[in-house]
Amino acid sequence: MSNDRVYNVLIVGVGGQGIILASDVLGLVAARHGYDVKKNEIHGMAQRGGSVSSHVRFGKFVSSPIIKMGEADVLLSFEQIETLRYFPFLSEKGKVIVNDLKILPPAVFTGKQDYPADVIGKIKSKVPDALVMKADEIAAGMGNPRVANVIFLGVLSKYLDIPAETYEEVLKETLKPKLVDINLKAFHKGRLLAA
Amino acid sequence: MSGNEAIARGAYEYGVRLASAYPGTPSTEILECIGALYPEIRAGWAPNEKVALEVAAGSAYGGSRSMAIMKHVGLNVAADPFMTLSYTGVNGGLVIVVCDDPEMHSSQNEQDTRNYAKFGKVPCLESSDSQEAKDMVGEALLISENFDTPVILRSSTRISHSMSLVETKTRSEGPKELGLKKDPMKFVMLPAMARRRHPIVEQRLKDVAAFAETFPFNKIIMGDTSLGIISSGVNFQYAREVAPSASFLKLGMVWPLPVKMIKDFASRVKRLVVIEDLDPFIEEAVRLMGIAVEGKELTGICSELSPEKVEIALTGASSARSIGPIDVELPLRPPNMCPGCPHRATFTALKKNKVYVSGDIGCYTLGALPPLGMLDHCLCMGAGIGIASGLDRSLGDLAKGKAVAVIGDSTFFHSGMTPLLELAYNGGSTTVVIMDNRTTAMTGAQNHPGTGFTLRLDPTITADIEKLAESFGFKRIRTVNPYKVRELEKIVSEELEAPEPSLIISRAPCALLKTDRILIDKPYDIDKDVCKGCKSCINTGCPALEFVKIEEPAEGEKRKGFSKINPALCVGCGTCYEVCKFDAVKEAS
Repeated sequence: MSNDRVYNVLIVGVGGQGIILASDVLGLVAARHGYDVKKNEIHGMAQRGGSVSSHVRFGKFVSSPIIKMGEADVLLSFEQIETLRYFPFLSEKGKVIVNDLKILPPAVFTGKQDYPADVIGKIKSKVPDALVMKADEIAAGMGNPRVANVIFLGVLSKYLDIPAETYEEVLKETLKPKLVDINLKAFHKGRLLAA
Repeated sequence: MSGNEAIARGAYEYGVRLASAYPGTPSTEILECIGALYPEIRAGWAPNEKVALEVAAGSAYGGSRSMAIMKHVGLNVAADPFMTLSYTGVNGGLVIVVCDDPEMHSSQNEQDTRNYAKFGKVPCLESSDSQEAKDMVGEALLISENFDTPVILRSSTRISHSMSLVETKTRSEGPKELGLKKDPMKFVMLPAMARRRHPIVEQRLKDVAAFAETFPFNKIIMGDTSLGIISSGVNFQYAREVAPSASFLKLGMVWPLPVKMIKDFASRVKRLVVIEDLDPFIEEAVRLMGIAVEGKELTGICSELSPEKVEIALTGASSARSIGPIDVELPLRPPNMCPGCPHRATFTALKKNKVYVSGDIGCYTLGALPPLGMLDHCLCMGAGIGIASGLDRSLGDLAKGKAVAVIGDSTFFHSGMTPLLELAYNGGSTTVVIMDNRTTAMTGAQNHPGTGFTLRLDPTITADIEKLAESFGFKRIRTVNPYKVRELEKIVSEELEAPEPSLIISRAPCALLKTDRILIDKPYDIDKDVCKGCKSCINTGCPALEFVKIEEPAEGEKRKGFSKINPALCVGCGTCYEVCKFDAVKEAS
């Protein structure tokens, strides 16, 4: 282990986007690397298209399973406005990874409210080096739209100090055998995109 | 492991022979995990928490280590056996796992289970991570057997659904001899026997309190003596996170409390603060010991605590350097019924009839949200039928043809059968709609007595709602496919006019179920040139529909927009097809 610090990764998005799987894998990867790990998410009603957040914390010793507001090192968001919803969790020096995707909430798809304009621009004005990508399109281009979450895991891995092999091991052990190849490809695609 | 997985693992390692539960967030995964991983444990879903506790009690009376599992409000349902179980005591260890939900992430209230422990004179343990959650199953069983008492293991959303590392062990069996033993003075709570049991309960509480002084999960961790924090559960973790140098009294047993230990700790610190969620349970007990203490004036009672709230409570400010919010008015993203949900179809038919709907708890509670806005009451499991019946009979003509109750199939078996019987017995003109989606959907699709399968997916009986209602004396029973919205609408209006109680069973499997699927799984399409933009389909609230605004209308364009179907989300339920008056929605080809 490299140091005593605790890494705080907050993964957010909409129920059904594969956020829980991504954070499960990250938690297992950190444990495999020898870190103490705690992880928390609110699910239950999540699969009904609600807002989902998953806190992953790892380091030499972790006490709280949730990140203190303002201390997230990385905010990984699978949907544009969910980034804004959880923005105050991000620390001043935090990194942002955003999926350039809009999933319309009920008030928007029923025409009652507009989807906020220029979300990406607003994020960039606060965090100029925010990494923005269309992960769902990239995933679809790879032949499986459901691997967007693992593409993001690949991106995220470049921001953390755990070797790629550990992710590969955990992905191989966690996923159904027929899904391993495409997910490993997605993971490395993500790593390339982050470089 | 999550806290829930750890509790399941604890049940396995510490020799639990039977576990019973009714699903409820955040407790559901415990029995699911026992069912999936630990065949050594006899386990099954009970129709409700009262039955779950009674089954576990019977098992414990026979000498088996046993577990009943429920969410906090489930203990209200199980309160009747719980309160007297305290008198009879057990034989084999009995642990009642109760998961609280401060903040009401997925609940109708945020009651604090520790009050039940005090009320029932039953010990209550509380873990602060997954390892402790597992270990405390063993401790709870030992306390249960050694002191002849049921024991509550209290969890919370943040413990049950947090993951942390756990060391596992092999299974060992409980110490008690198994068998049927006559002991009426202990197990038959006639007044004469109960009078003898009550003093035993009082003495037991004193004995457990004495034991609490040496219970290894109650511990003092001395640091800087200028601040002493008494805490338990996840709040101990938050407090240690934000005040690592403070002194701590970490309580693993939150009832009864270790009085000497608390007094000793208080005497060694300058400032004493209790950090606890919800009620000032520990704080008030400490104050009763004559000790000056701070607590709820700093943390508040409502909602759950968090690391930043605890830090602000202790120091007045957060030390985190947040990037701060981006000021944009964000549309909320509440949970919504899924595309193809049969409840949406049923509510759409009810909406056409302009009825007043009493409901209760399940996915259909989401029918209260816009744009459907079709639920007027949600109180507790099974309450809708009684509420509709009460409104109907007390209001008479004022509610004529309006009083409708909706209830899901799992909720019906949980606590809808007795109010349905009340309705048949006392009469009136209430119409009850059982929204039978063949599963316990809200908690993630658990089996129940109406599905034909057990926890472990073994085939079993399928309780027949129609025959049950018939045996209750219902004369008007109709079974419909909710996706035939127009037909259902007509049936509802006929039943509303009937001067006697009616039952409509609106039956279609949950859209997320892979089995018995009646959905065609092919998307419908909307001809945007035919669409008049009336929003009839949009107002069903289906996430597969979108209202596309016309920003620059062409000449003669009267519409503000038109509807569009997202083919990736549409599963072809046809609810929008049924409500469209202009034939703009095309059936899947």
